[in-house]
Amino acid sequence: MKNYYDVTVIGGGPAGIAAAAEAARNHASVLVIEREARLGGILKQCIHDGFGLVRFKEKLSGPEYAERFIDLLNETDADITVLTFVTKIVKTSGGYRITMVSRDGVASVVSKTIILATGCRERTAKQVFIHGTRPAGVFTAGTAQNFTNLLGQLPCRKCVILGSGDIGLIMARRLTLEGAQVIGVYEAKSTPSGLTRNIHQCLHDYNIPLYLSKTVTRVFGEDRLTAVEISSVDKSMKPVKGTEEIIECDGLILSVGLIPENELAETLGVKIDPKTKGPVCDQSLMTSADGIFSCGNALHVNDLVDYVSESGETAGKAAAEFNASARECIDAETNSNISYIVPQKIDLKGDLSKVVFYFRSRDILKNCKLSITLDGGVVKEKKYMFLRPPEMERIVLDFSKYNLHKNSRLIFNAEGEKI
Amino acid sequence: MKQLVCIVCPNGCTLNIDDSGDEIKVTGGKCKKGSDFAVAELTCPKRTICTTVKTVFKNAPVLPVRVSSDIPKDRIFDVMNEINKITVKDKLKRGDVVIQDVLGLGADVIATSDILSLIT
Ligand SMILES: Cc1cc2nc3c(=O)[nH]c(=O)nc-3n(C[C@H](O)[C@H](O)[C@H](O)COP(=O)(O)OP(=O)(O)OC[C@H]3O[C@@H](n4cnc5c(N)ncnc54)[C@H](O)[C@@H]3O)c2cc1C
Ligand code: SF4
Repeated sequence: MKNYYDVTVIGGGPAGIAAAAEAARNHASVLVIEREARLGGILKQCIHDGFGLVRFKEKLSGPEYAERFIDLLNETDADITVLTFVTKIVKTSGGYRITMVSRDGVASVVSKTIILATGCRERTAKQVFIHGTRPAGVFTAGTAQNFTNLLGQLPCRKCVILGSGDIGLIMARRLTLEGAQVIGVYEAKSTPSGLTRNIHQCLHDYNIPLYLSKTVTRVFGEDRLTAVEISSVDKSMKPVKGTEEIIECDGLILSVGLIPENELAETLGVKIDPKTKGPVCDQSLMTSADGIFSCGNALHVNDLVDYVSESGETAGKAAAEFNASARECIDAETNSNISYIVPQKIDLKGDLSKVVFYFRSRDILKNCKLSITLDGGVVKEKKYMFLRPPEMERIVLDFSKYNLHKNSRLIFNAEGEKI
Repeated sequence: MKQLVCIVCPNGCTLNIDDSGDEIKVTGGKCKKGSDFAVAELTCPKRTICTTVKTVFKNAPVLPVRVSSDIPKDRIFDVMNEINKITVKDKLKRGDVVIQDVLGLGADVIATSDILSLIT
């Protein structure tokens, strides 16, 4: 490890790996800091296939996808340190001083720029309100995945899955394959939150029922979970009295959502978007703090790793080319049918020729049209058969041919039939 | 008219299938793979399997594996059974064959990670 780097990447998941390799290819000196023993992030335990379809036109498993990128990173001269946890970042004259702890003790480096690629964490039982005891046998889907796929231990024999997020659906299939009984997936909302294809290939294929508008209201068991109570919920998600049923099981798996991990960003005073729970960024994925970039699931929760890698490369290239200079930003505004958009800002002094936007709709919209207007004039229109909140959309715009100025208004409007 | 969701890629197109005539007609997919998928679903549905196999290594007790090409859907648990009989003793690499031509289905079971060559 050197004393000074042009680019330091915090987090060695797919976002960080892609960012580091791209920064190194753009002639920056690069350091990657990962707290676990191996690079790969969450993909180490995502042994199912479906990764890389956009990028490699192949159905790879998570480890295969991650290792292809690790191979590319190893071809560069980026420095990598694992089993190392970043504890503090402070601004200095030459950039940022990063303090980290590893088995060798405490160390620090100065870096001109930082890329935050810390991924996301899962919502836990504390964040969903469930009554009863605190027995063993209640896991997040990611923990259950870690047990099964990395430790080779089945976390339960007969389980209920709460929440229809993709990880829960994937774990329903995985546990069934390993011989556990999955009684059903229970979702409090009236529509599933995972991808349609996962509902089909993970639940329908294995005859696992999906119950909508139902939730777990109580858990039973002293040392180990013995049963859960399921209730129907009304439109405002409140459990309906008299609908309770008791289901015997030794496992409750929670798949109730992911939140970007931004503790470090917050200590740096980086502005967080309440909609994405990730930093507000411009098109180079630089946050509100000069020289601090964000990518992958730390920026917003992605459903496809291909776009995670893309965002890493965008941030990596921009960090390598970074030169402190004043930015002049306009907002990317949306109408109420769009729940969020990334990047949230366009820096008029930055590269305007290829701006990649990612967005999600708030509700399921049928036969819809996205129209993007700049100062009242339409710059792009796109039709979609469906826009679904679980499926992130990507759109690329070239603003170099337009006369953008600091009072310009850029608005994304999605209109369609709500179903 | 039947409906199916194509699971070939994340688009998850809804396919409309008309199998009343001699030929199966498929509409609704954004690409040709959708109709291939629908025809396969009606004749011989196939799936992939991604799972793990036991190893003798303490720091990597399981190795992720998958089948090298799709196998008939109704043989999934037979193949799982074969995979569960195996314990890997060599430091296999990504792409190495764990079981050749499993149950004569024309697909190999292959390792999907280099983890065994990375552990100590
Ligand atoms: C269970 C699951 C299933 C998924 N299935 C699919 C799928 O089928 N297809 C698909 O395309 N995508 C899928 N995804 C999405 C995809 O895995 C993620 O989008 C992708 O892994 C995100 O990459 P990342 O690098 O942003 O985060 P991560 O992979 O989470 O990596 C973040 C890394 O940062 C490290 N880190 C965090 N904080 C610190 C710190 N302070 N110091 C040092 N290191 C730190 C962590 O240890 C971790 O290695 C799935 C995601 C999950 C969780
Ligand atoms: S029809 Fe084509 S685009 Fe649609 S889900 Fe299938 S493979 Fe994807």
